[in-house]
Parts: sequence; structure tokens; C-alpha cells
Amino acid sequence: MPILEVENLSKSYRQLGGESTLAIGNVTCRVEAGEFVSFVGPSGCGKTTLLMTIAGLIEPTSGRVTVKGKEVKGPPPNLVLVFQEYNKSLFAWRTILGNVRFGLEARGDGSQGADAKTRELIDIVGLKGFEKHYPWELSGGMQQRVAIARALAYEPEVLLMDEPFGSLDALTRLELEDTLLRVWAELKTTILFITHDIEEAIYLSDRVWVLSRRPSQIIQELLVEFPRPRNQLATRAEARFMAMRNEIYRQIGHAP
Amino acid sequence: MNGGKTFNWLGWLVLAILLSLWEYGARASPKLQFYIPPVSQILTALGQLFASGQVAGHLLSTLSRFLEGYVIAALLAVSLGILLGHFRFAYSLLETLIEFLRPMPSVAIIPVAVLTLGIGDAMIVAVTVYASLWPILVNTIDGVRNIEPTLIDTARTFGLRGWAILWRVILPGAAPYIVTGLRISLSIALILVTTAEMIAGSRGLGFFILDQERSFDSGNMYAGIIVVAALGYGLNRLFLALEGKALGWRRGMLARESV
Amino acid sequence: MRESKLNGIFFLLALFFVWELASRSEWVNPLIVPPLSKIFVSFGSLVATGDIPLQILASMKRAAVGYFLAAAVFIPLGILMGLFERCYRALEVVIELLRPVPPPVVIPVALLFFGLEDEMKIFVIFFSCAWPILLNTLDGVRNIDRLLLNTARTFGLSHVKIIWQVVLPACSPQIMTGLRVSLPITLILVVISEMVGSTDGIGYFILDSQRRFKVAQMYAGMLALAVLGYALNLLFNLAHRALLPWHWGMLRKEQG
Repeated sequence: MPILEVENLSKSYRQLGGESTLAIGNVTCRVEAGEFVSFVGPSGCGKTTLLMTIAGLIEPTSGRVTVKGKEVKGPPPNLVLVFQEYNKSLFAWRTILGNVRFGLEARGDGSQGADAKTRELIDIVGLKGFEKHYPWELSGGMQQRVAIARALAYEPEVLLMDEPFGSLDALTRLELEDTLLRVWAELKTTILFITHDIEEAIYLSDRVWVLSRRPSQIIQELLVEFPRPRNQLATRAEARFMAMRNEIYRQIGHAP
Repeated sequence: MNGGKTFNWLGWLVLAILLSLWEYGARASPKLQFYIPPVSQILTALGQLFASGQVAGHLLSTLSRFLEGYVIAALLAVSLGILLGHFRFAYSLLETLIEFLRPMPSVAIIPVAVLTLGIGDAMIVAVTVYASLWPILVNTIDGVRNIEPTLIDTARTFGLRGWAILWRVILPGAAPYIVTGLRISLSIALILVTTAEMIAGSRGLGFFILDQERSFDSGNMYAGIIVVAALGYGLNRLFLALEGKALGWRRGMLARESV
Repeated sequence: MRESKLNGIFFLLALFFVWELASRSEWVNPLIVPPLSKIFVSFGSLVATGDIPLQILASMKRAAVGYFLAAAVFIPLGILMGLFERCYRALEVVIELLRPVPPPVVIPVALLFFGLEDEMKIFVIFFSCAWPILLNTLDGVRNIDRLLLNTARTFGLSHVKIIWQVVLPACSPQIMTGLRVSLPITLILVVISEMVGSTDGIGYFILDSQRRFKVAQMYAGMLALAVLGYALNLLFNLAHRALLPWHWGMLRKEQG
């Protein structure tokens, strides 16, 4: 059974003028456990709305989302969303340790072992030594790592990520992509990733869904079969990589 | 605040309920009436005070002292603030003095003022000027100092000199800060005038309110308070209206708030 | 920076010198403006005999009760109003009507109720601190970023937990601002209320000295008041640093 199912999901908003805008048109897809899948689409196509709806933070207008067979009505307990704006999402009043531990606390784990687990996670995302720091003391890339570690501390079965590297510079982005892949390989979570960066989507995922402009619909699904572990140089150099990228680029460019 | 500006039925209802409770509670208990007369009584007193002209004199006193004090303070503080903001050396001289005087509550100056100027208008205006100076001064200095040097350089590239730069670049640029300072001083000036009137006055709304308390005329006392509150509110609205006209192009600037 | 500070200190000392000279040479009336040295001597002896400290203690007792009472009442109220729109709307009109009342004008009311007792000053201070504390708390709660709340929701936190673990810490800097602004207000009003109706306290002391023409003493009292104001500020900063170390650090960074 797929771990996540989205069926005929649509979302419309009522504007101040009284008209309604359709943010999500009609999205249907399935994600298997342990997969890494991505949505790619042009800006403003409703990607964030889609993710927030899947995460149960927004109510769909029609259609439904099920996680492990249970319909999503409100944030499901085995799913967590990592936002793009890390500086607004991290808790400024907690240290790095405190922020990551929050994930464990949210799961109900205030035990003795929690501290060790927290430190382990901080280490995994490459922030060892910064436990006692506050978020404002860290760079953007580091802050996003904290956000990821915090989400992982929650031990979600499904991890949703809304353009998590979008606010970072190119080099940091590449670094974090690899960190994420490493973490994913170790923890075997299911990841649903959103990005506007086509190459990032291909690099990271097993499957890529291409979204149209608003109202978003899936216009194509691509299977990414490069061997893992992926490599920034080798994988991106493959001929098929560029071909896929161009294909998606064309699709988005010609999207209705 | 609520952007929708829908009429706040609930709020007014709550007010109405509270006022009714007040009215009936005060009527029911004669002991309470002494401290808090019924609303109707206060409003009647208010009406009578105005009709008899009893309060008009006091109101005028307070208002004229306020205006004198505030305007003098504004002129002094803005000029001084621009000077200090612009000339680093002058500021460095006075900075320590300012930091030294600021923590002292301006009201402490009242006894000194009474000593030097006696009881009367001059004293009241003087303390008002002193107290109202600070917020305007501090904010003006801030505003002038925070003007982008690039802006001034640009002006100089265009051949502007001295006074022209002051008038056409510095003042408009510092205006939001100055206005914030002016706004803060508005309430401070009113506070100082009424306070001075209470401590050492023989006329004015502050004096009137205290005097009514001493005569145990609580109805008139509360009526006086309403007049002061209305005055404060009116001055505030007036200020906002003028501010809107003058600074229509700017909204929501950050400025240092100080009392 | 050092140099400009030095300038200021030299200037101040020069002023002191001019003051001393002007008074001693009777260029200004020494009965109204006694020599600075005399004032310092008076200050010193009044502190040594405990006169001034006693007066300050009397004032501070009232100030503290009024201040903390206002905090205890208006912080929770502000939070409630910030969280529940209904509550806000209900109280909005009453508050807007009471706000334009200049605090000192409330003193006669307090006199009526409490006479010259401590309660009179406490009431006045309570009333005066109400608005800064309430409005800042309110602002703090209402300005919490949606994203922060959504983060808490995605971690499955209950409403109560969200308020306790996220809303409160997030608005604490703004609450601190309200408390900080209320400090000088408290000092001002304790002085005013003592000048209008009291038998002790530093405000009373200054006015009384003036009435008895003990001019040097009057200035000494003012000096004590300035020192008190400075000390309270320092104390508050220490408290700020201790209670909100994370925020303190951020502020330091911004100020450069």
C-alpha cells in the first residue's frame, strides 16, 4: 500500500473581491514508502498550497489525502513539514539543542535517551559543536539544517519539504542536497520535496512530478533511475540528466 | 487593528453594559455614590460646567499653556536636534550631558521651576517645555543621523549647498522621526501641564480636578477628567490629521520611542 | 568612539565648573542655584544619614507593587485579547475611551478613594502602566508569524501546548518592551503622586525641600532621582539579559 495517496485534490480561495481563485486544480498521485519524490513547477503555481494541504495545515476544497490509509484532517501524527523560511520557523528562544529536542518532545519523548538522540541528529546534519548556540547566531544554511534536524527528531514517516533550499546560495544548496540524501539513506523516511530548481529535483529524487501553472495539475511524471548514492559531479554529468532536465524545462515552458 | 473597519457592535455593547452596571450600582448604594457617582450625574455635571462657563476658563488656561509649551519645545528641540544630529562634534560634547539628564523624570524639575519662577503660567510653560524637549530632541537627532550619507552626497553632486541641503534633503529625510518625537511629546506636554497645575497652580483643568476632589465634589471631578481626556483625544486627532497631510508619502517609519 | 565620549565628559566637567563659579561669585542667585559642591555635600550627607535612601525605599515600595500588579493583570489580559478576537473586540471600545486620559489626572480619583496612603500611588501607577503593557503584549501576540504557528501545528501540538510553548515565548520580547517603557512611566508617576499627595517618598522629599527653602537639599533629591532612574534602567537590562538571553544577544548583534 502506498504510504501517501493524493486523490483529486483541489483548493480554491475566496478573494476579497468575492471571486475565487483556484490554486490547485486536480492533483492525483501516489507515493510508496521510502521513496524520494519531487514536485517541480513554475513560481506561483500553487506548490506551497499543495504541500500545505497534504500536510493537513490547509483544508482541501475537494478530493482527499490519505496517509497510511487514514484520511488527512488536520496535521497527521506521522508527517512533518519543513518550511522554506527557516528563520521564521525556528524557535528563536531555544538553542539549537532545544530546537531539535522540540521534535522529540512533540513526539512525546522527554526521556533520558532524548538528549543523546538529539545530539546524534545534530551531528548527522553536520552541526556538531553548535548545540548551545541560538538560531540568530547561525548562517542561513545552518539554520535550515537545524530545521531539518528538528523535523527528523520527530521521526516522521513522511517528510514534506517546501523549497527548503530556495533561500540559500547555490553552493550551500549543493551541500545541503547531499546532506539530505545522506540523512534520507540512513533513516529511510519517505520524502516529498518541492522545488522550482529542475536539476535539484532530478538530482534528489526517484520520481519527479511536473506541475502546470496555476491551477496546478500534474502534467508529467518522470522516473529518475540514476544509481544511488548520487554524486554532484558524476550524476549531473550523465547525458540522460540533461535530457531529462530539458524535457521538464520544455514542459514547464509550454505548460497550459 | 482591524483592517475591515466593521462596526464593533460587541465593543459598544460591553461598554453599554458596564455603564449600566455603573449607573445602577451607584444609584443603589449611597456609600458608593460618594466615590463613584452615577454616570448620569457626571454627565449632568459636565453639561452644567459648560453651560455655566465654569470650566471654560480652566480649559482655556490649560490649552494655552499647552500650546505655548509645546510649540516652544518643538521649535527649540527640532533646531537643536538638527544641529546636534548634523555636527558630530557638537553632539559629542552634549551626548554625555543628555545621557546624564535623561534618566531623571522631567517632573522633578517642577520644584526648581516653582523656586525660580513662582506659581503661575511662566512656571507651567517652562516645565512643559523642559519635559517636551526630550522626545523631540532625541528623535530629531536620530532622524538626522540616520540620513544616508549617500543622499547628502547625491545632493552635493547636484550642486546643493548648506541651507539648501538642510531644507531639501535633511528635513524631509528626518521628518518621520521628528514627527514621532512630536507625537510622543504631545501627550507628555499635556501631562506636564496638568501635573504642574495640580501641584502648584491656581487655574487650569489639572487644578480644577484636584480642587473638586478636595471639595469632595466627585461629580465635577469626573466631569473634569472627561474634559481633559477629550482634550487629549482632540489634540491627538488634530495631530494625526496634520501629520497625514504633511507626510502622506511616508508610512510606518521606525523611530526611537522615549519618554 | 572613545574620543567623543571623552569630549562629552570634559564638556560636562566644564559645565560643572561654570556652575560652581557662577554660583559662588553670585552671578546667579546662590539661594536659587547653590554651588554644585554644596549640592554634592548635601547629597553625600543625606545618603550617609540614610535620609535619601529611606525616601527612595518608600517610593520604590509603592512603585514596585503598582508595576508588578499591572504586569500581573495586563500581560495575561493582553495575551487573551491577542489570542481571542472576540475578547479583543469586546474590550476595544472601553480601552480606546480610557486611553486618552493622561495618567496624572487620575490622581485626584485615587486621592478620593485612598487618601494619602500607599494605595493611592499604587493605583495611579497601576493605571498608568496599563496601556503600555497591555498594548505591547497585544501587539506581540498578534504579530506572531503564521509560519511559526504552522510549524507548531505540523508537529502535532495541541492548542494549549501551542500557546504555552510557542506563543508565549514568541511574544516575550514585545512584552519586555511594554515593561521597559513602563519603567520611566512608573518613576514619573510615583514622583508626581507623591508631590500631590504624600507624606514621604522621594517626590515628596524634593517638593518639601523646595517649600522649606532647603534648596541644596532639593537639588540633592533631584540628583538622587536621576541616579535612581539610571540604576533602574541598568537593573532592567540585567533582568532582560537574564530572562531572555536569546533576545538580548539578537539586539546586541543588531546594534553592532
